[in-house]
Amino acid sequence: MESILPGAVALALATAYLIVLLRVENQNTILALLGVGIAAVLVANWLGWLAPVGRSFGEREDVLGLLAIVAAIVVASYFHEDHFVLLLLCTVLLYTVATLGLNVQFGYAGVLNFAGASFFGIGAYTAAVLNQHTAIPHLIVLLIGGLMAALIGCLLLLPVLRTRGHYAAVVTIAFALLLKTFLEVNDVLGGPQGLQVRSMNVLGWSFNNNIEIGGLRLSFYTSYFATSLLILIGAFVLVRRLERSWIGLNLDALRLDETAAGCFGLNIVRWKVTAFLLGNFLIGIAGTLQGMVVGFVQPNNYTFADSLIFVSILLLGGIGNPWGVAVATVIVVIVPEKLQVIQEYRFLLYAALVMMVLLFRPEGLLPRPVRSYFPGWRP
Amino acid sequence: MDLGFLAQYVMNGLMLGMMYALVAVGFTLFFGVLDVIKFSHGDVLTVGAFTGLATFIGLRAASIDSNALQLLAMLIASIGAMAILGAVIARAFILPLRYAPALNTLLITLMLGTVLREMVRLFYPDGANPKPFPRLLPADSVSIGNFNLRLDNAIMLTAGVLVIVGLQLLLNRTKLGLAIRAVAQDEETAKTMGVNFNLIVLITFAIGSGLAAFAGVMNGLYYNEINFGIGLYLGVVGFSAAIVGGLGNIYGAILGGFLFAALQTIGAVSLPFASAYKDVFAFGVVIAIMAWRPTGLIPEKLSERV
Repeated sequence: MESILPGAVALALATAYLIVLLRVENQNTILALLGVGIAAVLVANWLGWLAPVGRSFGEREDVLGLLAIVAAIVVASYFHEDHFVLLLLCTVLLYTVATLGLNVQFGYAGVLNFAGASFFGIGAYTAAVLNQHTAIPHLIVLLIGGLMAALIGCLLLLPVLRTRGHYAAVVTIAFALLLKTFLEVNDVLGGPQGLQVRSMNVLGWSFNNNIEIGGLRLSFYTSYFATSLLILIGAFVLVRRLERSWIGLNLDALRLDETAAGCFGLNIVRWKVTAFLLGNFLIGIAGTLQGMVVGFVQPNNYTFADSLIFVSILLLGGIGNPWGVAVATVIVVIVPEKLQVIQEYRFLLYAALVMMVLLFRPEGLLPRPVRSYFPGWRP
Repeated sequence: MDLGFLAQYVMNGLMLGMMYALVAVGFTLFFGVLDVIKFSHGDVLTVGAFTGLATFIGLRAASIDSNALQLLAMLIASIGAMAILGAVIARAFILPLRYAPALNTLLITLMLGTVLREMVRLFYPDGANPKPFPRLLPADSVSIGNFNLRLDNAIMLTAGVLVIVGLQLLLNRTKLGLAIRAVAQDEETAKTMGVNFNLIVLITFAIGSGLAAFAGVMNGLYYNEINFGIGLYLGVVGFSAAIVGGLGNIYGAILGGFLFAALQTIGAVSLPFASAYKDVFAFGVVIAIMAWRPTGLIPEKLSERV
């Protein structure tokens, strides 16, 4: 019981801070709040208070995971009437899912992918086309969006498998640029203006109506939030289980030394393909739902710069650490939306921030801990 | 199709190829001395082109109207500034990470490229939109049948050839070139022979970045327009060209640049609705070539150290 306490306290404080931050509108107050937040973390780190938090997350991940879900629901229910904040929260959740996908490719298997936003966009465009022209149930469209991203990712399999390091990087960068130009010049998919995406509709329940229960009014984004949260929980559990399983062990071996892994009889091609396609599938699902949430898609939303944002989230959070990914997504998505001064400068700012991280703390803000097979077990 | 059009396409292809080759040579030089790929190379080109443009605007404001003088000042400012920038980048970000995993160098130069690109977009006045680039070379042209030989293209092509020949002489006939080749071949031995390793690396990065600036100005003069994204495009294509020719091999890089331009020109001529899908085709070719020959037509000497 004791080891839950630090984690729970940290979670509660973070939730309260997030609510205050999302609530405040005045730019100077936000700036002050961010300063206080950074200072608080630094001081806590200096006093050695962060170590017990990390330990309790390591040992009682199950309970604290549930508490984190509760915290997300608390934040969402606090803002149940506020369209903008709920949209922001949906974005955070879906970006986390996408970055988890990238984490499987990049963090576990070491397969580079600098076209994350492109696969995200493939999902969104799938949603746009299928919702417009077919009557396929929208939950299945989510699945198809993920499969489409994986399928189009198959086109890159051969070059990605045959190359590594900077060669593989240039393949995915070329793909990111190719897809954006293709979407821009292609008239069928709406060209530079993009397409409208019909809103989600599950079993006759339209997601674009506000919800009224008794006297309580909920924003229509609440349903999207719930769906995003469910997808995130699924993706998080999947990635965590994957990491802890023998598959995760194989992927780690593959990343750390491909030659040695091959010598020990691991099927390198098989695991690279698995990681690449699974990652793209997760990114695609997140993109599909994001397309439906936002309501329209256009090529400018899925540029190479956006792909680099995903990579930045991963590097800031700590490659290979799903919790780090979640924390970093909250920071990367929410801060520029609240602090409008930096909105225009966000690509520049995050690129510079990642450079600092790489120079001074290459393992990220929350480094990946050693895998523990039995939570709470001490030798 | 008659001979005139063919000659026109060949000319366009040669111009493109020259720009690609200049960028590719930079990549190959960096890879030669340090075994790193500098993904910000293309964006250095962008900054170089914009430096040239800013110099031109400054000179015009100072009412210096001679085209030749403007062009000269533009080239000197752009190449000089980018050479310094290249050396600074090497000093600040690439040398410190020499012993870190290769992935970190890749990521840091990728992010640095983004920083440069975004800085041009945000801080150059109205940098988010394409900017007109001045026509400084004589625009006369000679018509031979359907073929319209523009004098400015001929001058640029000649200048490009001279630069490459100059680089070639520098590398093969001077002491500095000897030092660069020595470092590329064997760092340890070069050091024991008294080569100042760090200095040579910085000079190499300066030379490569200067070439990129030259290519950037050339790109501006050719299209009479620049935007903040050209560097990303030329960087990816130039890098692919360097790979096709085999990284570390200068002739390979030049060959790769022209090969790439040839493919692109042939694609533009022979494929239907190719003009709209020109860039899609170019990047498709990049991916296809990487799938076909992952380490280039003339492979890099690669040994797996276990």
